[in-house]
Amino acid sequence: MASSSIPADAHGDPTRRDFLMVATGALAAVGGIATAWPFIDNLNPAADTLALSSVEVDVKAIAVGQAITVKWRGKPVFIRHRTPEEIKEADAVKLVDLPDPQTDNSRVTDTAKKVRPEWLILIGKQGDPRGEYGGWYCPCHGSQYDTSGRIRKGPAPKNLEVPDYLFSSDTLVKIG
Amino acid sequence: MASQHGAPPVFNNKVIAWIDYRLPIFSYIEKEYHHFPTPRNFNYFWNFGAIATVMLVLMIVTGIVLAMNYQPNSELAFDSVERIMRDVPSGWMMRYMHMTGASFFFVAVYIHIFRGLYYGSYKAPRELLWILGVVILLLMMATAFLGYVLPWGQMSFWGATVITNLFSAIPLVGESVVTWLWGGFAVDNPTLNRFFALHYLLPFIIVAVVALHVVALHVHGSNNPLGIDPKGPQDTVPFHPYYTMKDGFGLTIFMIIYAGFVFFAPNLLGEPVNYVPANPLVTPNEIVPEWYLLPFYAILRAIPDKLGGVIAMFGSIAVLFVLPWLDTSRVRSCTFRPIYKWFVFVLVIDALVLGYCGAHSPDAVLDLGLIKVPLLAVARVGTLYYFFHFLVLLPVLGKIERPLPMPPSIADAVLKKKAV
Amino acid sequence: MRRILVSGAVALAALGLGAVAIAAEGHIPLKHQHWHFTGPFGTYDRASAQRGFQVYKEVCAACHSLSLLSYRNLTELGLTEAQVKGIAAEVQVPDIGDDGSAIERPARPSDRFKKPFANDLAAAAANGGKAPPDLSVIVKAREGGADYIYSLLTGYVPNDKLTPAQIKEFAVGKDDNFNLYFPGHRIAMPPPLTDDKVSYVDGTKATLDQEVRDVVEFLAWASEPHLEARNRTGIRVILFLLAFAGLMYGVKRQVWADKH
Repeated sequence: MASSSIPADAHGDPTRRDFLMVATGALAAVGGIATAWPFIDNLNPAADTLALSSVEVDVKAIAVGQAITVKWRGKPVFIRHRTPEEIKEADAVKLVDLPDPQTDNSRVTDTAKKVRPEWLILIGKQGDPRGEYGGWYCPCHGSQYDTSGRIRKGPAPKNLEVPDYLFSSDTLVKIG
Repeated sequence: MASQHGAPPVFNNKVIAWIDYRLPIFSYIEKEYHHFPTPRNFNYFWNFGAIATVMLVLMIVTGIVLAMNYQPNSELAFDSVERIMRDVPSGWMMRYMHMTGASFFFVAVYIHIFRGLYYGSYKAPRELLWILGVVILLLMMATAFLGYVLPWGQMSFWGATVITNLFSAIPLVGESVVTWLWGGFAVDNPTLNRFFALHYLLPFIIVAVVALHVVALHVHGSNNPLGIDPKGPQDTVPFHPYYTMKDGFGLTIFMIIYAGFVFFAPNLLGEPVNYVPANPLVTPNEIVPEWYLLPFYAILRAIPDKLGGVIAMFGSIAVLFVLPWLDTSRVRSCTFRPIYKWFVFVLVIDALVLGYCGAHSPDAVLDLGLIKVPLLAVARVGTLYYFFHFLVLLPVLGKIERPLPMPPSIADAVLKKKAV
Repeated sequence: MRRILVSGAVALAALGLGAVAIAAEGHIPLKHQHWHFTGPFGTYDRASAQRGFQVYKEVCAACHSLSLLSYRNLTELGLTEAQVKGIAAEVQVPDIGDDGSAIERPARPSDRFKKPFANDLAAAAANGGKAPPDLSVIVKAREGGADYIYSLLTGYVPNDKLTPAQIKEFAVGKDDNFNLYFPGHRIAMPPPLTDDKVSYVDGTKATLDQEVRDVVEFLAWASEPHLEARNRTGIRVILFLLAFAGLMYGVKRQVWADKH
C-alpha cells in the first residue's frame, strides 16, 4: 500500500478523512442524479405536445338534447347538452344498482367544483347513442351506459371517464 | 477444459500468427469453437441455441436494411412499410423475413428453453447461464413488442395502448409514468419515434447478453441429455467438426420450415387488422398480441384486478429467475425423473392452453361437446397451474421423487445404447 | 425426443378441436372459392384482373381510394405503357403550378391513383359519417381474405327477403343494407355490383359472380403485387435448402461415423 511511504500525520485524523470521503461521495451522487434528470425528463411531453393537451369548446350552439364530439388528446370527447328528463333520470338511479357507483352530480362537476347538470362531458369510445338506458351503447362488446355515462349492463367494469374540464363562462369550456 | 487437448495452437500463416500474438482471437476461436470438449451425447434439441443465434443475426441484418426505408412518423409509417413491400427491390422479402423471423426466433428460443427445463440445464453450476437466458427472453419480448408497433397498423396502435396502459396500474405515479412513456397524452408520433429508437437499440443489447450467455456456457461446458458431467475425453468430442456439422444440418431443416412460412404463408401468423392503418378513434373488436406473447397475456387477463394481473404477468417471468433454487432434485435430467418429466409436458400443454385463452375474448365459451367451459375459467386454472408448477411442485417433488439409476458415465451410456 | 414430439402434437390437436368449437359459434362460413393465386404455384389471372380493374375504375373508385397504387403498376397486369399513359391522362390530379398556384393537370404513370375525396373527413362527410376504407391492402386486411371479399360482395340480402326475426335481432331499418357476411350484418355500403353493372371491354358476360371474381382478383393483386415473384423465389429457396440439407446430413454422418 502507498500509505506506508507517507507519514501517518499527512492523512489527518480518521474522522476528517471519513468526512471527506462521504462528502465527495454524496456530491458525486447529487451530480449523478442531476445529470440523469434531464435525460429522464427528455422523454416527457414536449412543449408542442403540451400546447395541444387542452381544447376550448364553445358550447353555445349545442341545443338541448344534442351532443357534439370533439377530438382531445387523440380521443373523442362527447359534450352532451342534457334534457331535464335525462338529468332527472340520471339523478333517480340508486347507487346500489350501479356496477361502478358514482352520483350523477359528481360526474357533472368542473374543476372549480361548480355543478352544471345540463352539460355531460365524457371521454368516448365508439359511441352509438341508442342504448337501453338512454345513454350510450358500445357495439364492440355490448356495454350499455345511462344518461350519465355510467355502465349499466355489459362487460365494461367502469363508467365512461369524465375528463378534467373548466367552464370559464356559461358557454365556454376548456377540456384538459 | 481445453487444456486436455494440449498446448495452445501454433499458426502457420504469418499474418494470423502476428495478429494472434497481439490479440489472441484466433487462439480463442480455436479453443472455444474448435477443440472445445463437448458432451458426445447431444440430441437435436441441442441445435436450438445455434439456431437462435442465427435468427438473431438474421433479424439484425434484415432490420437494418428495413430501417433504411422505414419512416418512424405516424403519418408516414404505414405507407413507408407498404412502399418497402411494393417499390423497394426485394423489400417484400426483407420485410417478410423480418416479420416471420420474429416468430421463428421465438420458436427457436422456446424450444431452447424447453430443452433447458426438461434436462435441468439451469441447475448448478449453470444458474447464471440460465438467468442470462431469462434476461435475453425479456429483452426479446420488449424488442418484439416495440417492433410490432412500427408498421402503425390498428393492432400496432392498440397493442401499444393496452400494454403501456398497464403501467397506469402502478399506485400513485402510474398515470405520470404512462405519460412519460408516451411522450404525450396518447400513443402518438412521439411514442412511435422513441419505440423505433429503442427497437433499433435493444437487439444490440441482446447480442451483448448473448455473448455473456456464451461465456458463461463455456466455463463449465454444456449440459447433456443425461445431465451427468463428462468425466474425461471419452465422454466428449471436439465442438468442430462434430457439432458444427450437426448444428448445420439442424439449422438447414429449421430454415426449410422458416422459408416455407416466409414465402408461402407470410401473413399466417399475423393479424389481418394490422393491415388497417392505425386509428385512435376506432377500437378493434379484439386486441391480441402476437402468438408468442399470448400465454402471458392470458395470465394478465386471468386476474380480475388490473395491478394484480400486471404483477402476475411479470411474476410469471420473474419466477424463472429463481427456478434454479426452486428445483430441489438431486439429478438434472428428466430422463431420470420418472414423475417430474410428465409434469414438464403438463407445463407445456398449460402454456399452449394459456396461449389459446390469450388469443380469444375472455367472454368466449369453449364448447367441448359434453360441457361448455367459460374461457376465463380455463385461463385461471392455467395460471394457477403455471405458478403451482414452479412454486410448489418443483420444490416438493424434488424431495420425494426417487430418481432412476444413472449410468456411470456418458460414454458408458452411449456404448450401451449402441449395443442394444 | 420422439415421445416429446408426439405429446406436443396431441396437445396441439386438442387445441385445434377447441378452436373449431369456438369458431362455429354465430358465424356463417364464407363461400370458399378457387382462386388462381392460391397455393405455392399460384399466379394472377391477368385477364380477370384487368377486368377487375375496369370494375374498380367504373364502380368502386367512386367511393374507395386505392392510394398505395400508382398508374405505372398497371403494366404488371399486362397493360402496355401506352395504355397506362392513356388511363392516367384521363384523370386530372391536383398539383402546384410554376407560379405557386393550385392547378390541375393530367395524371402521369408515376402518379398515385387519384382518391375520390380530398381527405378522410371529406370522405366521411359524403358517406354518412364513415369514410369508405382504402382498398390497397383490403384482401390482406380482412379475416378470410379473398373469400371474405367475394362473400361480402355477393352476400347482400334484400330487406324484403329477411325474416321478421332477423330484422328484429339485427335492428335492420328501412334504409339499412343487410349483408350475410358483414360483422353485425348492417353495412353502410349499398350492394355495389349487379348483373351487367359494367360492360366488359373483352366481351366477357358481366354477371354479378363474374364481376365480383374479377374485382377480387384485381384487389388481391393490389394487396400483394409481388406474390408471383415470392412463390417463384420460395420454390427455388426450398429446393436449394433441401439439396443442402441432404448434403449436410451426409457430411454430419461421415463426421460422426467413428463416434457412433
